[in-house]
Amino acid sequence: MKVGRRSFLSFIIGGAAGTAITPLPWKLMDDASIWSQNWPWTPVPPDGEYSYVNSVCTLCPGGCGISVRKVDDRVVKIEGMKGYPVNAGGICVLGLSGHQLLYSPTRVKSPLKRVGKRGEGKWEKISWDEAISEVAKKLSEIRSKGESHSVGSIVNADSGTIPNLFKRFLTAYGSPNFMTMPSMQDSYKMTLQLMQGVNAQAGFDAENADFILSFGSGIIDGWGSPVRMFKANSTWKANGKKVVQIEPRLSNTAAKSDKWIPIKPGTEAALALGLANVIITNSQHSQKISQSSGFESFKKLVQNEYSTDKVSQITGIDSASIVSLAKTFASASKPLAICGRGQGSTPGSLNEFMAVHALNALVGNINEQGGVWAVPEVDYIKWPEVNLDETATNGVQKERVDGAGSEYPHAKSLLNRLAEVVNSGDGSLEALFVTGANPLYSMPDSKAMKKAFDSIPFVVSFSSYMDETASNSDLILPNHVCLERYEDVPTTAGLQKNIIGLTRPVVKPQFSTKNVGDTIMLIAKALGGSIAEAFPWDSYEACLKETLGAKWDVLVENGFWSDSNSKTVSGEFNFYPKAMESLSNFSPVSLEGSTASYPLVLIPYDSIRLANGYIGDPPFVIKAVEDTVLNGKAACVEVNPKTGKELGLTEGRYASLHTPRGKAKVKVHLYEGIMPGIIALPRGLGHTAYDKYLAGKGCNFNELIGPAEDPVSGLDAAWGIRARLTKV
Amino acid sequence: MSTQDDKAKEVSADGAAGPIILFFILGLAASLVLGWVIFPKLLYSQKKQPIDFNHVLHVEAVDEGCESCHFFREDGSFSGVPKLAQCVECHGDVQGENPNEIKFVNDYVANGREVPWLVYARQPDCVFFSHAAHVKKAEMECSTCHEHIGESEHSRVYEENRITGYSRDIWGKNISGLKSNTWDRMKMDDCAECHATKEIKTDVETLPWPLNWAPLPYEKQTGNQASIKTVKEACFVCHK
Ligand code: SF4
Repeated sequence: MKVGRRSFLSFIIGGAAGTAITPLPWKLMDDASIWSQNWPWTPVPPDGEYSYVNSVCTLCPGGCGISVRKVDDRVVKIEGMKGYPVNAGGICVLGLSGHQLLYSPTRVKSPLKRVGKRGEGKWEKISWDEAISEVAKKLSEIRSKGESHSVGSIVNADSGTIPNLFKRFLTAYGSPNFMTMPSMQDSYKMTLQLMQGVNAQAGFDAENADFILSFGSGIIDGWGSPVRMFKANSTWKANGKKVVQIEPRLSNTAAKSDKWIPIKPGTEAALALGLANVIITNSQHSQKISQSSGFESFKKLVQNEYSTDKVSQITGIDSASIVSLAKTFASASKPLAICGRGQGSTPGSLNEFMAVHALNALVGNINEQGGVWAVPEVDYIKWPEVNLDETATNGVQKERVDGAGSEYPHAKSLLNRLAEVVNSGDGSLEALFVTGANPLYSMPDSKAMKKAFDSIPFVVSFSSYMDETASNSDLILPNHVCLERYEDVPTTAGLQKNIIGLTRPVVKPQFSTKNVGDTIMLIAKALGGSIAEAFPWDSYEACLKETLGAKWDVLVENGFWSDSNSKTVSGEFNFYPKAMESLSNFSPVSLEGSTASYPLVLIPYDSIRLANGYIGDPPFVIKAVEDTVLNGKAACVEVNPKTGKELGLTEGRYASLHTPRGKAKVKVHLYEGIMPGIIALPRGLGHTAYDKYLAGKGCNFNELIGPAEDPVSGLDAAWGIRARLTKV
Repeated sequence: MSTQDDKAKEVSADGAAGPIILFFILGLAASLVLGWVIFPKLLYSQKKQPIDFNHVLHVEAVDEGCESCHFFREDGSFSGVPKLAQCVECHGDVQGENPNEIKFVNDYVANGREVPWLVYARQPDCVFFSHAAHVKKAEMECSTCHEHIGESEHSRVYEENRITGYSRDIWGKNISGLKSNTWDRMKMDDCAECHATKEIKTDVETLPWPLNWAPLPYEKQTGNQASIKTVKEACFVCHK
């Protein structure tokens, strides 16, 4: 037998066929892949000395304590700080991605001056001295014209030393226009003021409650202090406490609740009053509270106008459910009702807040264990009075541009009105400072906001990142990010105790940035006179130490200071403040747009995976967004399959979404968890600025909605807008 | 001419069919032997444990079974393979005539040197595995993953994958990757197999849609299959 070429080939073929049915190739493939993961040149971060630094996260108002793990001077991991009274070791997905913001390519690395047109993205690097003197020069000019009141500032919050330094600066300079980013806290504060006559924050003793009735609050979607609420929710689950979620959409919170009651959106206040009616009729209310002023009028209101049948008609919830819900709520030993939709980033209707607060009062939980507490702000900022010169004295007496305190006497700041006031020519600003906020992205009708900004001649941003507002400013004086700076964080997001946290430098500043506290003091000093005198400190750190006094050492040692005995303030409860009178004829906050051209209703929804405030999603977090929320580059609009069928829309197809304020191209996601006729869009997408990981993905809900002024508070009460969805 | 050529081809084709099939079979057989017999021998190096350990003997002598030596520390972490300090509690001196014990006491106890045990079940560095979650919370038996090791009288040979450096127990003794017992393999798929079938109860009550809206009750599925894997911090639960 001759072994020829053919025999050889057939041997090889036989061998190959045989090999394929042995484990050899498959096993080798698996081993090779493991081997390749262990190659010496595979990038593995360099080793070094491990250490932990405790600090406080400022990426959202939650104020969680964090333990930052470092290898040498590099941040490698952020964990929740054990024993911190807010988050007790927990952390959220945004907080644990904080180091990506520290090393982010979108950081502003030095002071920048605009050289091209606004928003064109052409910048010139300048030194800090130049930057400060540029601002000072401009402000001196405005002041010398007697226009000091036309300078404003937009700040993330109104408590803590940084916001107070801005407030002080404006006062010394001569302007009343200190504005803050709105949130549900504004509505809660006003509710407490009107119904209890106190100046306090609403705090919730959530952990001790045993029946939680949530009017659309995203308990596990980022409401209040997010990690704290996650933990509270787990405690309720573990101890068999009940959560009832009322909202038109099956949110994560609704899905994890014990009972989800879908409601016609915008009718929550009516439900709260309907429940109050059942409770009063069954005499299940606290007897003590019925002595309060206004109780009889309130009783009359709910009995005449909010009978179960009527409420059932308004809300769409059947009568039996309303009655049984009221009964179970009132018979729970520590019932708690909360409101503020989603993450509570919009203030909402004051009527709704008052109605829910009345419900709490009825079951006697105000300032009680497991209830709603009126928590006074920690009063630690005691700076000497500012000596006002003549210009300042005149300036601060002028009316605010947003109408807070004048048109709307109860309001402190009404940023939602700014765009309209400026665009309609009723008010104007010559210069605007923005810090810790991104109003061009996160205010409703962001296009109108941009138009208003365009008419302000001088906009200074103190942002650490090239966000939408920074990229549309004239000058950027970048702040350190929170892992690089000192700052006090008085936590206000629904906590029932007074806590101040200390954010402190974990690593040295990576770029030529400055703590915004120092920057504002330098500007004041450059302006000289009484403005400079208002800032006697050498540096922000010195100011912070002096302000905190004895608390400073405690803060450095523990990372936080907390009031050993919980304080609440109580005034006389008033069930029927004048502001409630409008409830005698229930009408929900009206929706913009006509039914004929916009047959659907668009509502927003929040997710813990989508940051929608000053900070946008870092790469880790945007990766965690499901493809039913963001699909490719398109945001998904949730449509009930029935509505989808009527409109001829199928899963995953593109559609064009129109509202009276704007339009967007979206993808359809058919979802049975959304009511027919209603469509929902996530908040937190559609950035045009930031990095390539975030920019250009989805659409910004705020471009599609406009603000709706609450008649009493003046705050934004919009919860949705009419919309049209068409095939493309 | 052409006809003759064709014929010649036919002849030779006929004549070659036998050897071709034969060589095909030879190749097939050779590769099967290579893949199933020789390859595993080449892939794994064989190492002996420093001491031949008798589990049976030890289990008989202790009171609390496996947990006598493989215990949970106070903070809930698992001690794993005992350290010398534990062994010394009983083996301070040679107690019998077993040559393994004599070697152990003389080589290790006397010099205060840890025994370099080769850990059959060691997972790669990137894997985070909590014994507490499985043994305490899910009340699983040790043998589910570690077979009935307590019944072994000798330490078996430790086989190390020459390419990856991992123990053969991870892929499993059977080179084909098939298994008949839960403890035969320890790759991610094997974790997932169990995690995918364990059910987490979801008990959301829902109401029908409000009256004036087209009623379309939404029932949430109970028994969410993949939830153990993703319910908490997703990947980072198991992967560091
Ligand atoms: S909840 Fe807010 S404060 Fe807490 S870790 Fe997350 S982003 Fe930071």
